Amino acid sequence: MSSLTASRVLAPVGTAGKFFAFGLDVMRALFKRPFQMREFIQQAWFIASVTIVPTALVAIPFGAVIALQVGGLIKQFGAQSFTGSASVLAVVQQAAPIGTALLIAGAGGSAIAADLGARKIREELDAMMVLGIDPIQRLVVPRVLAAMLVAVFLNGMVSVVGVAGGYFFNVVLQDGTPGAYLASFTALSQLPDLWQGMAKALVFGLIAAVVACYKGMNAAGGPKGVGDAVNESVVVTFILLFIVNFVMSAIYIQLVPPKTG
Amino acid sequence: MGVEIQVEHLSKSFGKQLIWGDVSLTVPAGEICVMLGPSGTGKSVFLKTLIGLLKPDQGSIVIEGTDIATCSEKDLYEIRKLFGVLFQDGAMFGSMNLYDNVAFPLREHTKKSESQIRDIVMEKMDLVGLVGAEDKLPGEISGGMRKRAGLARALVLDPEIVLFDEPDSGLDPVRTAFLNQLIVDLNAQIDATFLIVTHDINTARTVPDNIGLLYHRHLAMFGPREMLLSSEEPVVRQFLNAQKVGPIGMSEEKDADELEAEKDQELPPLPPIPLQLEPSNGIPRRSQRPPGDWCRANGVTPPPGSFDENMSMATGG
Repeated sequence: MSSLTASRVLAPVGTAGKFFAFGLDVMRALFKRPFQMREFIQQAWFIASVTIVPTALVAIPFGAVIALQVGGLIKQFGAQSFTGSASVLAVVQQAAPIGTALLIAGAGGSAIAADLGARKIREELDAMMVLGIDPIQRLVVPRVLAAMLVAVFLNGMVSVVGVAGGYFFNVVLQDGTPGAYLASFTALSQLPDLWQGMAKALVFGLIAAVVACYKGMNAAGGPKGVGDAVNESVVVTFILLFIVNFVMSAIYIQLVPPKTG
Repeated sequence: MGVEIQVEHLSKSFGKQLIWGDVSLTVPAGEICVMLGPSGTGKSVFLKTLIGLLKPDQGSIVIEGTDIATCSEKDLYEIRKLFGVLFQDGAMFGSMNLYDNVAFPLREHTKKSESQIRDIVMEKMDLVGLVGAEDKLPGEISGGMRKRAGLARALVLDPEIVLFDEPDSGLDPVRTAFLNQLIVDLNAQIDATFLIVTHDINTARTVPDNIGLLYHRHLAMFGPREMLLSSEEPVVRQFLNAQKVGPIGMSEEKDADELEAEKDQELPPLPPIPLQLEPSNGIPRRSQRPPGDWCRANGVTPPPGSFDENMSMATGG
């Protein structure tokens, strides 16, 4: 009985261990030749095509909400001239990576998990291994790299669309002045903010793709198993991404002193 | 040609449940072997262990001096190039058409030009009778065609060992007969080692040189076809002749009461041993032995009517 409880309590530790082992396998396969260029380009194109439109549609209201919120707050403080800076800071540092993460995990990751899960239960992955081809090198590595690349691009897109949305709401709807909005851009924000946003996006893309591949490749129990794998991969990725986002933000704030206007 | 597989003291369990233990056998080079067993005795697990998809808990599988159970991942991928495996449902890559599926191993492992690849692929497609279906996706064809396409892909790298996971499941009797003939012809042609996992008795009685029977978490018997077909061993006898009387029950082995109840039942006589399938072009396979050879060598009298040319294929009840 006690061993049963122990094995149940320790089960999540085992899963986490297996996940990290999988991550290490992926890292190792990253440097194995030949690199699967074709698969990489196909996957990058595929992930981009399923994420670009939803990301743009998410980015506009995201930017708008921040502009409204920050704009309202800043008005109360009487510091309207810093509206632009505040919204750039919020969008570039937090909203863009998080928006990217949601879409990469929700649209890209779920598609990857479903694809690999279906291959797993149809024994395609077994067949591939038997043909002497390592599925991690052939399928997982290109997907992980593609997700990272697309995440960085999406991050840039969310930043641009978010800032533009913020500009629109601030200037057109809240009667801010275009000059003040644009001029204050660099008052509080600085270049490392941009690097940090990109680094976050890169890591989020990595985590989303590795989790999706891990869940997909370990799908079991027929078509229902694939559905479960997709569901779990999205939930797990979301949780991981928000935790990692917090940790990375905290480290960044410690490392890079905020710019004083 | 053909490579020997030496399996020694192999055990595999999932969690606390033992699948089979202490399995030792040698699959001779170039011969056709059939692994039989009631449903759920881990035949497919055995096959997957042989190709290193599952790690056994104990024991060794030695192929060309490499122990698959303990070798490194890198060696495993090298050794697997000797294998061709036909999976139960063909395991075709769903996103590629049949041509690309069959060409896939060639494109990944060889530096052949597209025209050379085309020749080889078309030759294999012709062998399994799929010419004209190259552009179809695996989802668009029947299960039998998927199986044959899987066979073409398994053969494309000229394997030394070909493993078949239930080649006859889901096929009609005519197609099964054709497939069995194809297996024998292929063996004559490429001289590779064949291992077929099945529970079709007709296949087991007529195709192989050797038969193995997995039952009750161990290997009940492994040996030449005639040895098992003339065996009086209850499990072997019951299974190879598809009888209800014997130690195998509906769920697993029968309990003491059931065995007691059928204690006095007369076992039907062993049916005659059928002739082994011969290659269709008449050229004998290298591992082929004359009918009744084993029986004569070991002083066993085969059941009356054995090795008769006109014997019906039906298995005795």
